Amino acid sequence: MNKKTLTYIDHFHGNVQPASWEALGLGAKYAGEGGCAALVIGEGVQELAAQAFQHGADQVFLADHPELKDFRFEPFADLISKVAREYEADVLLFPTTTRCRSLAGMAAVDLETGVLVDVTDLETSNGDFIATRPIYAGKLLAKVTCDAKPQIITTRPRAFSTPEPDPGRSGEIIEVSVDLDPEQIPTTVVDYATREGGVSLTEAGVIVSGGRGTSNSADLEPPGDLDEEEAEIWKAHQGFELIQELADVLGAAVGASRAAVDADYIPYEHQVGQTGKVVSPDLYIACGISGAIQHLAGMRTSKTIVAINKDPDAPIFNLARFGVVGDLYDILPPLIENLKQKLDK
Amino acid sequence: MKIIVCVKQVPDTAATMSVEGGEISWGDASLIINPWDEYALEAALVLQAEHGGEVIALGMGKEEETEAIKHALAMGADEAVQISDPQFAGADAVAVAKILAAAIEKIGSADLVLMGQESVDSQSGILTSQVGRALGWPIYPLVSAFSEFDPDGGSFQVRRAMEEGKQIVNGKLPAVISVTKDYGEPRYPSFMGIRKASRATYPTWGADDLGIDPPTSVVSWPEVQEPLEREVVTEIIEGETPQEKAEKLAEKLIEEKVL
Repeated sequence: MNKKTLTYIDHFHGNVQPASWEALGLGAKYAGEGGCAALVIGEGVQELAAQAFQHGADQVFLADHPELKDFRFEPFADLISKVAREYEADVLLFPTTTRCRSLAGMAAVDLETGVLVDVTDLETSNGDFIATRPIYAGKLLAKVTCDAKPQIITTRPRAFSTPEPDPGRSGEIIEVSVDLDPEQIPTTVVDYATREGGVSLTEAGVIVSGGRGTSNSADLEPPGDLDEEEAEIWKAHQGFELIQELADVLGAAVGASRAAVDADYIPYEHQVGQTGKVVSPDLYIACGISGAIQHLAGMRTSKTIVAINKDPDAPIFNLARFGVVGDLYDILPPLIENLKQKLDK
Repeated sequence: MKIIVCVKQVPDTAATMSVEGGEISWGDASLIINPWDEYALEAALVLQAEHGGEVIALGMGKEEETEAIKHALAMGADEAVQISDPQFAGADAVAVAKILAAAIEKIGSADLVLMGQESVDSQSGILTSQVGRALGWPIYPLVSAFSEFDPDGGSFQVRRAMEEGKQIVNGKLPAVISVTKDYGEPRYPSFMGIRKASRATYPTWGADDLGIDPPTSVVSWPEVQEPLEREVVTEIIEGETPQEKAEKLAEKLIEEKVL
């Protein structure tokens, strides 16, 4: 393959979403002599160009401008379409992140082409891409093709390998002229409410999840002034504290079932499943989750699944490599202690 | 103020999906409004209650695929429009966006277009951006809260989700916005609402009504497959006490190099 590939490097204030490097790895793989280029947009982001070279880019288009400090869809999409057009890219790659889904969509309208969204596998046939993407939360797989140029592809985080960075590698920086009239940008950023630390679910190698079972402790005694619903949520919070503790030991992200989110045990951003996030970690530990079909759809491609549940007939056990029949309140404390010792933490 | 909410009919999320003769099948599962669209409708109805105006549900699909607009009317949308034309079969996302944009322009003078963050069937999550781009309007995907909404001044503030948390932005109308689940629980249709919806009439528009040629589609799905069954041998960790089970599980995870 000798395609001209252009990969957009997604970042937040200079912190790159790691899936960008996975997309760039594909850019390098299919570029051959066509050239592997990356595009970095922001303010004070020259360092990202260096990282892009180390991860396989030969050229980096750099749009660095004070007006680009904060991410906004319209100016970023305008620049992406402009560079893709001028570079005459055959393939435009993005990681499937919240920002890039929409950027890819906008670029497809601008460039009169289409997007192969959230791709988990990529083959070629006669120089054309045939992408595989899960639909219905992975209950089915679709083969998709795009019959126009550039072919826009967004890659699902963790579906493709990260190229090994080569510290000695460098390349050519091409400055993109940025001509922005702040008055013409419809959006102004007022503030952020960002999380401290924490691992994002879609990027996490290990996920510990909780379900309805978090509120099922017979022994816990909630404070007396709570009504029934408040007492249930109070109990669930104790369960999720154990889950968080285990997640901390494993450097894991915390997930939840829809039932737990709908019952207000934990915020929606933690929901895994068909109407939440679709995840694919190396290890998924489901605690007190029975395994509704919508939840299984969102985590079934996890490499190893562990289920801890009181009910031996819970459907989650059918997907699990290891199962423990028991109450998460009884199993998690000794599991946390054991893993702390064994992992020397 | 005029708010248009795009809605879609999909198979129930509990459906077991299969492929039969190359076609996607959901067996005898019921058809429902795309669950994400209910949050967009809820946001539209809340904005309408605060600022007045009308809420119009805009659906697209085969003529008989009306579950979504019926549900929208039952929740409280004032009117509905169904887009349906055999010439639109197989439309890709960009083509759908252009068709919806044409319908939004035909409805006319909309201040806001709301939609769910994605549909549970194709799960592309790119339609908001493409409809916005086709209309030339700004987009605000993944919104969980509105504030300082001023339809007369044409401005508003929203909180929108990203991997790192929330971004709080001021935006300008007209705009295309997708609403996420953490906006808040959508209302259930009332008995009166369901009766009203069952009697409602609404126009069905095709390419001629929209005054467009069917847009070209470049993305196609030559094949759909069922994923391979996972072959998992489940090992139930036995033990006399929870401590013993926990210790054995920890050993297994380390032995099998899972950790």
